[in-house]
Amino acid sequence: MNRLMILLPLLLLSACSSVEPWVKPYERAHLADPIMAFARDPVANNYIYHVYDAREGGRGAGTATGGGCGCN
Amino acid sequence: MAPAPQPGVDVAATSRYLAFLLLLVAVSSARAAVLPEDRADLLYHSYSGGGADINGPSLLLRKKFAEDFSVTANYYVDNVSSASIDVITTASPYEEQRTEYSLGMDYLRDRTIINFGYTNSVENDYTANTYSFGISQDMFGDLTTVSLGFIYGDNTVGRNGDSNFEEPTKLRDYRLSVSQILTRDLIVALTVETITDEGYLNNPYRSVRYLDPSAPRGYSYQAEVYPRTRTTNSVALRGRYFLPERSALSAGYRYFSGSWGIQADTWELGYTLPWGEDWIFEFSYRYYDQDHAEFYSDLFPYRDAQNYLARDKEMSSFTTQTIGAGVTWYFEENGTGFIKRGTLNFNIDQIAFDYRDFRDLTVTGVAPGEEPLYAFDSTVIRAWLSIWF
Repeated sequence: MNRLMILLPLLLLSACSSVEPWVKPYERAHLADPIMAFARDPVANNYIYHVYDAREGGRGAGTATGGGCGCN
Repeated sequence: MAPAPQPGVDVAATSRYLAFLLLLVAVSSARAAVLPEDRADLLYHSYSGGGADINGPSLLLRKKFAEDFSVTANYYVDNVSSASIDVITTASPYEEQRTEYSLGMDYLRDRTIINFGYTNSVENDYTANTYSFGISQDMFGDLTTVSLGFIYGDNTVGRNGDSNFEEPTKLRDYRLSVSQILTRDLIVALTVETITDEGYLNNPYRSVRYLDPSAPRGYSYQAEVYPRTRTTNSVALRGRYFLPERSALSAGYRYFSGSWGIQADTWELGYTLPWGEDWIFEFSYRYYDQDHAEFYSDLFPYRDAQNYLARDKEMSSFTTQTIGAGVTWYFEENGTGFIKRGTLNFNIDQIAFDYRDFRDLTVTGVAPGEEPLYAFDSTVIRAWLSIWF
């Protein structure tokens, strides 16, 4: 296994306790706004990813889960 | 054209690495994360285009209990009526229904959320059982969220009119996602996903065509033959930026490649614009482009021309472009009774499919391979009610 794939997560976690958040909790009002959510509505979002998964050769790294063919 | 060799899939090594990452996440420092809110969603969905009409409802319920747990249940139906180009050129139009039930549970412990899920999907010629496990951890002062997921799918492929035909497929899906707050206005997410399949991966109804001078049209059909394994990798980077005066810009890119030789690029752009207190408008554009599988051809030179044969248009070279628009209306924002707030939503997406090496065989009177390239448009509608309680 690539050493980097072991060392990188360890390095990230070792920094866990020492990193000061550069965006403080009271500065996150914009990020907490619903318009900033990657997927506001999971049911509607899963459906559109399913539409693409069933009709395109590419897949993954989206948000859809679950099975079924639906490929005709 | 030689078929692609099937590289060995080192599932065991991937599993060990995933376990290593899970352990690291589990032992890292912990503080409070938050479970998703209780909500109910009732969705009507409709896809119409290329001779296929698919619609139905989806109902999702999510409820917390005992402070640390949240359960979800989802019921989903596809009513399919299909006379797509594949169906009308090699088979008969048909109607069928797919029904899907999902159950899930999230468990919150300090900064970690662990989830389990099960989905059962049944249609008359395909049964899918999907099991999922995921762990998500907030870290670095909650600026970073790391999520790991594993999905196992156990599916059975049937064939209408042939009760003796039953073939299994297995799916394993490994996923790593990191979302990162970069500034008070910018959040990005990186997702990496590897999916392996093994078993009967064909569509049992699809055929390839090959040149046959003895046939009236100049070509004949034979059944498709796919490899019995497939591994695909995808990586996606997405970001959302909060613009002054309260609106949001989103952008994303996904790179996809797989052992069948398909490579694809996906670009996404979106703009979210609130209007007053109660309305949110959304506009989106998506561009997708893929190269065909190594064993794909619109017209093979002769029967059994190679070991693997595909003429499924999803395996061809093509582009899709989507333009979408949506509107959300908020109601009962101050709550009434057990309802905290609700939304009514409507989204419409127009998708244009343009094929570069899949020809329209409904056009006759031309030499084989000289038919026009196929193209069609689809309309996708999502209308839903969401209630938080």
